[in-house]
Amino acid sequence: MSRISKVESRLRTEQDAVQDHLYANRLRIYPKSVRGKVRTIKWAILIACLTIYYVLPWVRWYRGPNQPGQAVLLDLSTERFYFFGLELWPQDIWLLAGILIMAAVSLFLVTSLMGRVWCGYTCPQTVWTDLFMWIEREIEGDRNERMTRDAAPLNADTIWKKFLKHGIWLTIAFWTGGAWIMYFVDAPTVTVDFWIGDAATPVYVFTGLFTLTTYGLAGWAREQVCTYMCPWPRFQAAMLDDQSFTVTYQAWRGEPRARGKRVEGAPTAGDCVDCSLCVTVCPTGIDIRDGIQLECINCGLCMDACDHVMERTGQAKGLITWDTLARQAAKKLGKHEPIRFLRPRTLIYVSALTIAVIGLTTALLTRSTLGLSVLRDRAPLFVPLADGSLRNGYTLKIVNKSQTNGAFDLSISGLPDAKLAVAEGDPTPSSTVHVLGSSDEVKTFRLLVTARPAALTDGSQPVDFILRDTATGAQTVYHSVFMGPVGYSGGAH
Amino acid sequence: MPTKIEKDAVSGRDTTGHEWDGIKELDTPLPKWWLYTFYACIGIAFVIFFLYPSIPYGPGYWHGVLGYSQRKMVDAEVAKLTAIRKVSLDKIGSLSFEQIKADPQLLEVAMTDGRITFAENCQPCHGAGGGGHIGYPALAAGSWLWGGTLDDIQQTVTHGIRSGDDDARNSAMPHFGADGLLKPAEIQQVADFVWSNFYGHKTEGQDTSAGAKIFAENCIACHGENGEGNRVVGAPRLNSHIHLYGDARETIVAQVTLPRQGVMPNWNHRLDPATIKAVTLYVHALGGGE
Ligand code: SF4
Ligand code: SF4
Repeated sequence: MSRISKVESRLRTEQDAVQDHLYANRLRIYPKSVRGKVRTIKWAILIACLTIYYVLPWVRWYRGPNQPGQAVLLDLSTERFYFFGLELWPQDIWLLAGILIMAAVSLFLVTSLMGRVWCGYTCPQTVWTDLFMWIEREIEGDRNERMTRDAAPLNADTIWKKFLKHGIWLTIAFWTGGAWIMYFVDAPTVTVDFWIGDAATPVYVFTGLFTLTTYGLAGWAREQVCTYMCPWPRFQAAMLDDQSFTVTYQAWRGEPRARGKRVEGAPTAGDCVDCSLCVTVCPTGIDIRDGIQLECINCGLCMDACDHVMERTGQAKGLITWDTLARQAAKKLGKHEPIRFLRPRTLIYVSALTIAVIGLTTALLTRSTLGLSVLRDRAPLFVPLADGSLRNGYTLKIVNKSQTNGAFDLSISGLPDAKLAVAEGDPTPSSTVHVLGSSDEVKTFRLLVTARPAALTDGSQPVDFILRDTATGAQTVYHSVFMGPVGYSGGAH
Repeated sequence: MPTKIEKDAVSGRDTTGHEWDGIKELDTPLPKWWLYTFYACIGIAFVIFFLYPSIPYGPGYWHGVLGYSQRKMVDAEVAKLTAIRKVSLDKIGSLSFEQIKADPQLLEVAMTDGRITFAENCQPCHGAGGGGHIGYPALAAGSWLWGGTLDDIQQTVTHGIRSGDDDARNSAMPHFGADGLLKPAEIQQVADFVWSNFYGHKTEGQDTSAGAKIFAENCIACHGENGEGNRVVGAPRLNSHIHLYGDARETIVAQVTLPRQGVMPNWNHRLDPATIKAVTLYVHALGGGE
């Protein structure tokens, strides 16, 4: 018995043994390397994703003096989110919620069209696991070599190679954890601070945390994350139907599987030569020939593997291919079934997505950088004055989300001859007050409004506060009320 | 007890025996690493028990070897904040009102300190936001007895009114009725005059000349010819829409007969000068400041 078959038979015994137990040992998976169209696409996506992740924090963006110069920055300490030319305040958090909703609906749409392509190609768990497996392969060799090595007693070469592998894994994990932090603090600054010990404690804590999770999840946990931890495989079935494209073994063509050469005119054997190559390349260690299953991340590596076999045995490629359940059922009967991308399910997802995109874009484009909110004093509700007029106090907040200092005119409408005065400022009241609002700031002040409303039948009347940017003419209005004694009419006895 | 355990044909596993609308569940074993994670969590819990305050017993509790105490942390935080506050308070104490108002950051500290001090000490009589009550002046209205500039307010808050403090603001309206300076009928006449001429409750054809004469002889020294009041002696303004004891005619009669003499404590025995300055700034900004 060869080494490899010994390992394989041990795995088999383990697999049988678990059946009677409450707890199962993990079945070790040694994915074999594979080349092909799918693998090339997967490499390209992997490189693109990782490049974006590691490089994005280093992209600079000039916003003006004393402003953060990082293109993408989630600045928690000053409560500002920066995305290139866009600056979001905590008040805009619903935009972020909208983006997340859009992401979720896009995921539903893609899944209903193409199955779990997110899992197979772009999920960080897949991307980093793929990267870590590549490093493992480069150091310890391909499937057979790794299996032999693990079955053999430890020797110097194995120890050195494992040491090297974990070292590189940890380095990448550390780099990953560090890059994560750079989305929250200025990248060049934190890089220097980190090494001279000047960075804030959370920087070290989170870098350490993400180093460990990256190392643990991509190096050790791998497919266990997809199978046992991730909720997505559990409810993906709700998005799939028999018109969704998934990685499919064409059983009608492959079965009955049989080893050996295909002889012309001997119709008993199907196209599958039962070489198990599709199983050995699978990163989750399953057999696609069993049909759609929870563990399959739709990566398509088994397609590449099988295509090689088909080439070698001189049969048509695509025994394992992208297809739908409905088309497979039709093909089995020798019929043709058209591809249906437009179905009620996908149309609902598309329209939800369209609404979300239009809504968000409109909200973003019409988003005002000037805001006014008015809070009426609750005690006293109003102050009668010696001359018979009434005074109401309000607390105003002027929000200036722009990058320029603003000068504003504040006036009131609906209350003839009202006199305004800033409580802590110039005590001479006038019909309009001038307020300065620094860039990127909320200015809060108390405003005293003195007036003689003609009739307060029920003790209050509506008024509008109007804030106008003197430079741009932009205007915002806040509805409030002016109060006094019930039945007040101009303060005459 | 599940009874319908069967072998699943595809996976070769047993089912749990439970069935929901024809859906059966595989009896999939939990991965061992999952089990060990649970054990590790339990282990970590004991470590935390050991390190931090945890198990109570009889008279006390296990304090943990790290000496962690939230009360101590609060004390330290409070001490830290007090030190920070002291810097601003010292500045408020030493700078003039104009200098404080010129420094927006310091002014904000002063206003906040003033607001809190007002709520704790002044609000019971003067009302939230200085709205006032019967017998207690509405500070927000600006109808000042003793003056409404920052310095006036600071003086009043520091030394009080009829408080017994050496520098207190003192004045006493004569007891015109109680001491027999005016007869009851004269008091009614002067009340008619004040009520109709100054309080604004004119009645057609009413003759108030008798009251006007009494007012001119007895009251204008303090309250002024036109009832405009006099802040030097704390005499209230009478020709106004708002009055310390309310708008009713009887309050005039009562006040002339046996005046109420309001007392305000001198706060210098309770608040430090910087805090008094802060509360002065706050009161000044309530709306009545001059
Ligand atoms: S069965 Fe094929 S598509 Fe599915 S995870 Fe395995 S290799 Fe990828
Ligand atoms: S790789 Fe293709 S031929 Fe080989 S076992 Fe898998 S499906 Fe059959």
